[in-house]
Amino acid sequence: MDWMTPAEVEALMLSLKVSVTAVIAILPFGIAAAWLLARRDFFGKTLVDGLIHLPLVVPPVVIGYLLLVLLGRRGVVGAWLYDVFDISIAFTWRGAAVAAAVMAFPLMVRAIRLSFEAVDPRLETAARTLGAGPMRVFFTLTLPLVTPGILTGCVLAFARALGEFGATITFVSNIPGETSTLPLAIFSSIQNPSGEEAAFRLTLLAIALSLAALAASEFLSRRLSKRLKG
Amino acid sequence: MLEVDVSRTLGSFDLAARFSAGRGITALFGRSGVGKTMLVNMLAGLDRPDTGRISINGQVLFDGKANIDVAPEKRRLGYVFQESRLFPHMSVRGNLTYGMNLVAASERRVDFDTVVSLLDIAPLLERRPHNLSGGEKQRVAIGRALLASPRLVLMDEPLANLDAARRAEILPFIESLRDELDIPVVYVSHSMDEIVRLADTVVLMTKGRVAASGPVEEVLSRLDLRPLTGRYDAGAVLPAVVEAHESADKLTRLAVPGGPLFVAQLRLDVGTELRVRVRARDVTLSLEPQDGLSVLNQFQGVVAQIADDDGPHVDVLVDIGTPLWARITRRSAYRLQLAPGAHVHALIKSVAIDRYSLGLRGRKPR
Repeated sequence: MDWMTPAEVEALMLSLKVSVTAVIAILPFGIAAAWLLARRDFFGKTLVDGLIHLPLVVPPVVIGYLLLVLLGRRGVVGAWLYDVFDISIAFTWRGAAVAAAVMAFPLMVRAIRLSFEAVDPRLETAARTLGAGPMRVFFTLTLPLVTPGILTGCVLAFARALGEFGATITFVSNIPGETSTLPLAIFSSIQNPSGEEAAFRLTLLAIALSLAALAASEFLSRRLSKRLKG
Repeated sequence: MLEVDVSRTLGSFDLAARFSAGRGITALFGRSGVGKTMLVNMLAGLDRPDTGRISINGQVLFDGKANIDVAPEKRRLGYVFQESRLFPHMSVRGNLTYGMNLVAASERRVDFDTVVSLLDIAPLLERRPHNLSGGEKQRVAIGRALLASPRLVLMDEPLANLDAARRAEILPFIESLRDELDIPVVYVSHSMDEIVRLADTVVLMTKGRVAASGPVEEVLSRLDLRPLTGRYDAGAVLPAVVEAHESADKLTRLAVPGGPLFVAQLRLDVGTELRVRVRARDVTLSLEPQDGLSVLNQFQGVVAQIADDDGPHVDVLVDIGTPLWARITRRSAYRLQLAPGAHVHALIKSVAIDRYSLGLRGRKPR
């Protein structure tokens, strides 16, 4: 990759690492939350729904600050994690992944939830009468039928994670090689009076990456719908 | 043997039903909204009765008092729904084997190849459900339910979403599984044609209650149940045996109690046992035997009962060796001075009996 500077490669790889980690980490929770919201009625459902959607409606800086309070070295959870497991989250790439994950979570849940709601519960009833217990019905019928929604959810979450800026810079700051993902690197370049070319190159890189993700999801969803519908 | 005695109140609707179903096809018959589907869902475990008891071959599936409620997947009752409910992401083969693979090989009582050939679905095996016609989908749905080796199959108006041609295509398959696989079926329907054609026993439902149950011939011939069996379709069901084919005239002679009944030629072996529905509106009554008429079928009989509900018509139950109904105008009844005990001749046009009035009788319980 001669046409990229080491700094650019670093920002790109970091962005990928942070976003992919974030998406993979929230996927099981995203599926569970989406199923819960789509299929179950329980006390406090509105509250849970609101909490999940919070990152979508409050300023990202607020989320970043809350994460800092919670997961910072002296934060409630952060201190415990550091003391017991010697894990520090604030000001590391893991922290960037956490910030991206929290911001991307509602988008993932929304997409998968819609997909769950589109699955005809009568199919699940039919499977029960054929001898399949609830777990088997979920894994052999419901889950395969929501895969297009899961894919869409992952792409949306990935795109959101890739673009994450406000919560990240508040929570883990802008440390090159550690937390300086593409958007943060672009921000640094713009701050630099001679960084305009660098900012432009990074911008192109971000666009290319997003388009590639979009194309990959398009390809996958076509194959999926072929497999689902025959 | 399935034994049911359940009740359930849902809003203003109140269901309390008690019946049993043995071998052959038991029809749950009644208009829409009388609770047939709710009842079948309770049997399958998809709906919970408030109180009561459901058992099959002695095993309790539900008991309100003992707090037993076996999960649907453990009841081993097949269910064919009105919509086929095939799994869209699986091939026809995948759909068929879904339930089969959940049954231990030693407990499988229905063979894959037998079902595939019985339902004639071999050419469809690798296709996806959305590529199938309505009739094909329903055949696959029936096969899927059978392959789970159920102790009994529930069918909830499986033909209701199909047009007449598709219905005619599937009926023979249901008949053949009754006769060849010997799995009891509870068949929900509001179509008299289907009942006459398929069922051995009928459970007549109205407003959440069982109004009558018993052999089809008996229940459908009862005059007092006339409002429930439907005005237009009302009629008697006669047991019949194919006696001879009179090919020169393209007729088939059936033996029914009371004499021969000629109908348009049937492609059935001599000796085949049938059920024939004779609609009340297709029967004419006469005091004298008729000679100069085109009607082929004449039966001597005695008026047993006259049902008069203040309309322009009265229904007359005539005993010709088996109950037969005639719907005639009030004026005619008065003019002929019909009363119980009167001797009459019942005339039936052969043309009035078409293939939808005929049903093969299932094998008798051994």
